[in-house]
Amino acid sequence: MPDGTTGTGIGAAVKRVEDFRFLTGKGNYTDDINRPGQSYAYILRSPHAHAKITSIDSSAAKAAAGVLAVFTGEDMQVGSLPCGWQIHSKDGSPMLEPEHPPLAKGKVRYVGDQVAVVIADTYSQAKDAAESIVVNYEVLPAAVSMSDALTDKSLVHDDIGSNLCFDWEIGDEAAVDEAMSKAAHITKIDLVNNRLVPNAMEPRAAVGEFDAATGEYTLYTTSQNPHVIRLLMGAFVLSIPEHKLRVVAPDVGGGFGSKIYHYAEEAIVTWAAPKIGRPIKWVADRSEAFISDAHGRDQINHAELALDANGKFLALKVQTQANMGAYLSTFAPCVPTYLSATLLAGTYTTPAIHANVKAIFTNTVPVDAYRGAGRPESTYLIERIVDQAARETGIDKVEIRRRNFIPADAFPYQTPVALQYDSGDYEATLSSATKIADVAGFAARKAEAASRGKLRGMGYSTYLEACGIAPSAVVGSLGARAGLYESAEVRVHPTGSVTVFTGTHSHGQGHETTFAQLVSDRLGLPMENIEISHGDTNKVQFGMGTYGSRSLAVGGEALIRAVDKIIDKAKKIAAHVLEASADDIEFKDGNFTVAGTDRSMAFGEVALTAYVPHNFPHDELEPGLDEKAFYDPANFTYPGGCHICEVEIDPETGVTEVIKFTAVDDVGRVINPMIVEGQVHGGVAQGIGQALLEYAAYDDSGQLVTGSFMDYTMPRADNFPKFDVTTEGTLCTHNTLGVKGVGEVGAIGSPPAVINAVIDALWDRGVRDMSMPATPEKVWSALQAAE
Amino acid sequence: MATVSMTVNGKSVSGEVEPRTLLVQFIREQLHLTGTHVGCDTSQCGACVVHVNGDSVKSCTMLAVQADGSDVTTIEGLANGDTLHPMQEAFRDNHGLQCGFCTPGMVMSAVDLLKKNPKPSEGEIREWLEGNICRCTGYHNIVKAVQQAAQA
Repeated sequence: MPDGTTGTGIGAAVKRVEDFRFLTGKGNYTDDINRPGQSYAYILRSPHAHAKITSIDSSAAKAAAGVLAVFTGEDMQVGSLPCGWQIHSKDGSPMLEPEHPPLAKGKVRYVGDQVAVVIADTYSQAKDAAESIVVNYEVLPAAVSMSDALTDKSLVHDDIGSNLCFDWEIGDEAAVDEAMSKAAHITKIDLVNNRLVPNAMEPRAAVGEFDAATGEYTLYTTSQNPHVIRLLMGAFVLSIPEHKLRVVAPDVGGGFGSKIYHYAEEAIVTWAAPKIGRPIKWVADRSEAFISDAHGRDQINHAELALDANGKFLALKVQTQANMGAYLSTFAPCVPTYLSATLLAGTYTTPAIHANVKAIFTNTVPVDAYRGAGRPESTYLIERIVDQAARETGIDKVEIRRRNFIPADAFPYQTPVALQYDSGDYEATLSSATKIADVAGFAARKAEAASRGKLRGMGYSTYLEACGIAPSAVVGSLGARAGLYESAEVRVHPTGSVTVFTGTHSHGQGHETTFAQLVSDRLGLPMENIEISHGDTNKVQFGMGTYGSRSLAVGGEALIRAVDKIIDKAKKIAAHVLEASADDIEFKDGNFTVAGTDRSMAFGEVALTAYVPHNFPHDELEPGLDEKAFYDPANFTYPGGCHICEVEIDPETGVTEVIKFTAVDDVGRVINPMIVEGQVHGGVAQGIGQALLEYAAYDDSGQLVTGSFMDYTMPRADNFPKFDVTTEGTLCTHNTLGVKGVGEVGAIGSPPAVINAVIDALWDRGVRDMSMPATPEKVWSALQAAE
Repeated sequence: MATVSMTVNGKSVSGEVEPRTLLVQFIREQLHLTGTHVGCDTSQCGACVVHVNGDSVKSCTMLAVQADGSDVTTIEGLANGDTLHPMQEAFRDNHGLQCGFCTPGMVMSAVDLLKKNPKPSEGEIREWLEGNICRCTGYHNIVKAVQQAAQA
């Protein structure tokens, strides 16, 4: 581990505060919570992708042993599960927004759609009773593929009249066409960004509870953003005022986006709790998670890149079909649009860009943001077509990137697709990665592999992403129905210890450590005097939660601002006690000193004075030391960098082995290098998983055929080498910490590096294309076809 | 219902279970030892690994009645008070865990590896851990942790 500094401040590889409880089995995940008198819910789900419900007979289930209640969509008359983002089509019309009832009403629209809930004394009783519910379905033709759905022969939602949710565009199409007409060369590519299942290791769970004495509801849930769930469920679905609804997201076992959204099961257990007068627990089993957690990616892209005779990019034109699944999940519409098409400049100076995105309803599980969310899709498209352009023009694939990079002195850089990048140095990260990956020695390694009958390839990705989500004014103008600021409260206790309340949520990211480091650094306090609290809406002020690599860049900045307010007030208190002007008080190493004198007060003394204000100027100063800040960023942040993948393929079996993976990422200032590297490792593993292993496959009838860990290839320890991960580069210019965010870079940058490496390895054998995941069967077949 | 008795983390326990009750259900629901997790329903993920008579076992793949009379160790029984087992310490030193959900099974599995193969190669570590899925770490730091523990 790099450990540039000692101590616990910014830049130190501090070991994680949260690890002791996780390592000793004392984590407190939602399924570990058991409430007095708790009952259990089992959700009966649709076995059909598309069907009318002609009748439901639950009389036998209701009479079964231990069963407390059975509810269907007709019983649960509540609001629709809301979508948080509204996109407008290019003709100005708003996206089609179908109703999304927590329990299906009259029709089921994907395998896994909720049909009924059985609540019983035990989970086994609920599950057994559900088998006796007789549902008569009239099975309808399913629109499974996006191309089928676009014909509108079978409508996922009859009442909205089309499967085309929206038809959106960005960029100057005329300028692109003009540039295309003058181009020396046009490279064309067709890509599929494979559908993925997020598969956080903790399956989703929810416990709903109602206190009849106070009229208060409590929901314990596996969420990345408990306040957002409280707002969406309380205001839009169940009409519970926020002061009567507590949402707790305790320890959460991974999210990767899939635990952002407000899901039906949360509303069901909360709604049903007062009806049966007992708390209700629901826990997904893994097979259920496969057909009820929002899926990720699932785009089809056609792209054309125009180049001049020197290999300079003139224009990029993209047509995208994006699968929404059967209903609009919370963030879904922004993923292929404002989180994807706005990134199509990548790290390059392409002056004209146009993208058209058609979002399509299908009879499949809803699709939403999954680690990277839109940015892996655009990055894959750009880095694939750039490699292909290099092949077609005969320009070296590194050289063509260099010729087109946005130069380091060109920032701030305005792209033709809305975003303005604040900082970056793509040449620097490319140059470092080239050295670490030992590109110079590749030819010899390739020759050595060839002597063993193996095919070596090397692939690049010089990517960029936008995160630190997000400036409210910007996203508001783009259709977000919420602001995306973050909040923090710093509560100094009378004896000088500190509790921080953050609106973000940690589900693996290590906020309890990183945020404590920020406070330790700023206030000069030992880590053990600082507690980070998150995840309980009754403790923490309103916050937007954790996704889009935002916790540090937005939540950390809010925290710093709250800490600075503490310091400001503490200086006034110290000035009063030390009989000096606040302007003359200096704060350093935890001490407040009158400049140029030896008169000083320790932080703890100031804290005690604040809470024991016997001699306070109450007309000038309030007692107490407790400050809050809400921070709304001025811009997105723009991490970027270079990933280089080296693979070796066995042509006899088609098996691709990742031999070496090098990542040099510019994530801005690094607070804890150990945690930052861990974030990149995990992201790269998910990116390699997408490129080589993972695929959520539906058959023609709409059955998910990769619906368990037996069928869906989760990356395992023996799928990877160790990764060479380093960070370097530039600082974000619009937050005081200079941080950019690191949660998603690994998953964004890596897939094209892997596939470019696979194609490079196969090129001499005549293979010209490869789709994700590059399974052994696919690679072997491509080799056979090329011969 | 059947009665089962076993030793769990050094204590004698017994309980009434349905014949279909899995060992992991007995551990979590009756003994309230919630450190052992359930991450799948096909015996793939390894979040539920415990030791039964000294060997690592996926406790979702064993009936509680099959463990009758056994000596079971769960993640809660590994540390000595506040002193972590060397494997737990190595995971902490090397940032071998993020969300913590796969961690108990991963640690229990790794402890058994070193018992059976005290000086494993990196390849042997990766092969052994093939039955434990982690979605957070990319396994890089888990492998490093096991390597450190093997040197302890």
